[in-house]
Amino acid sequence: MSTESFDLDAGWRLDERVSIRPERFGALLYHFGTRRLSFLKSPALLTVVRSLAEHPTARAACAGAGVEPPELPRYRAALAALAASRMIQPRSL
Amino acid sequence: MSLVDEFQYGLDAPICLTWELTYACNLSCVHCLSSSGRRDPRELSTAECKALIDEFERMQVFYVNIGGGEPTVRPDFWELVDYATEHHVGVKFSTNGVKITPEVARRLAGSDYVDVQISLDGATAEVNDHVRGPGSYDTAIRAMEHLADAGFENFKISVVMTRHNVGQLDEFKAIADRYNAQLRITRLRPSGRGADTWDELHPTAAQQRELYDWLVAHGENVLTGDSFFHLAGYGEGDLPGLNLCGAGRVVCLVDPVGDVYACPFAIHDTFLAGNVRDAGFTSVWRESELFTSLRSPQGGGACESCSAFDACRGGCMAAKFFTGLPLDGPDPECVRGHGELALAGVTSAPKPSLDHSHRKRKPVPVTIGMRRPPDRACDENPLAGFRN
Repeated sequence: MSTESFDLDAGWRLDERVSIRPERFGALLYHFGTRRLSFLKSPALLTVVRSLAEHPTARAACAGAGVEPPELPRYRAALAALAASRMIQPRSL
Repeated sequence: MSLVDEFQYGLDAPICLTWELTYACNLSCVHCLSSSGRRDPRELSTAECKALIDEFERMQVFYVNIGGGEPTVRPDFWELVDYATEHHVGVKFSTNGVKITPEVARRLAGSDYVDVQISLDGATAEVNDHVRGPGSYDTAIRAMEHLADAGFENFKISVVMTRHNVGQLDEFKAIADRYNAQLRITRLRPSGRGADTWDELHPTAAQQRELYDWLVAHGENVLTGDSFFHLAGYGEGDLPGLNLCGAGRVVCLVDPVGDVYACPFAIHDTFLAGNVRDAGFTSVWRESELFTSLRSPQGGGACESCSAFDACRGGCMAAKFFTGLPLDGPDPECVRGHGELALAGVTSAPKPSLDHSHRKRKPVPVTIGMRRPPDRACDENPLAGFRN
């Protein structure tokens, strides 16, 4: 998924086959279905990913984690990469 | 700090680890990195294995690469696989395919948490059986057929690259495609019985280049276990992966008797961090002297002045050690040729500390095939009497 096509205003959630391990740099993510490993490179991104399901939109999850508007494109790109590797899913699915 | 830097300094728990469940094996591959064959009587019991899995779960080790020996010959193998997956520890196991019946394949296809890796070291029976023994090609292919028939997608075909099979890369890819599998290629190491066959089997300099070019062109869908980071020294295209030696930092090996080594290719007292029976795995991982020292900045010796050093980081510790090269010197397969020069001055190399090879066979049958182990009443081979 390209960053542009990632819908910040949709509801997202972590795939239930993904396990998260917090690390000092952020977190490691492992998807048991695709058997792929991903990295979250900041603690704030970990907060966003963990709270996706509790917020109506990804944008709200970012705001809830204290992500300032100028930083939003970076977080959008990170979320798009996670969606491309199926670590996170649109809640509509 | 970059991710690679983070990993250099080690994590509180391995990302994944290799767990050799048994040294028992029905085969006697001439490059076996664990010199497997006979079961070690001190092998961890079922209860000890389960306690270790509990520890992996507490540490959030995502998955374990189970190998051996041939792990499926342990009578409690499936019990341990089920126990691990029930405790959120994923399992990827390596097998020569001997126990992958249609029924087993169907069972495996039903689980997200189990991945299978079939070892195959030649795209033809001739090349494969030369290294892995007569009949082993057919056994592996039959296992792949069973997995494909059961609908198991994306199982792995695991190939150790040798002088005899680098030219078969496209054929390996075709085999993987035929069975809906994914190709995984890894580097031959001079470890275990591989120390005796290294000179004959390791790829030539020209073949290394061929392999590198192939990986740069096809690498996206091919797994390498990050094992070719010494080739990053060519520096003309990105190899997939982090290209980092994770030994004792993000990976390690637990052997059948619970000894913890820095990596699967370093079964030697020099790289032994401790035993899970003494203090538990967590304390070995977090506190052992060896792992602590591996996580401190490593000197690159003479390599530090080389322009490729940032890419290759001096190469593979185990490959250097078992060819008698200093750990802060070049890799024996250094792409700049420094390894070859250094090897010319080596007079002796360390011998592996352990040898579980089947007895009563000619030492290291490299150019001829192998005989089947003798059938004796007291044969320790768990597959005594087994015939394909």
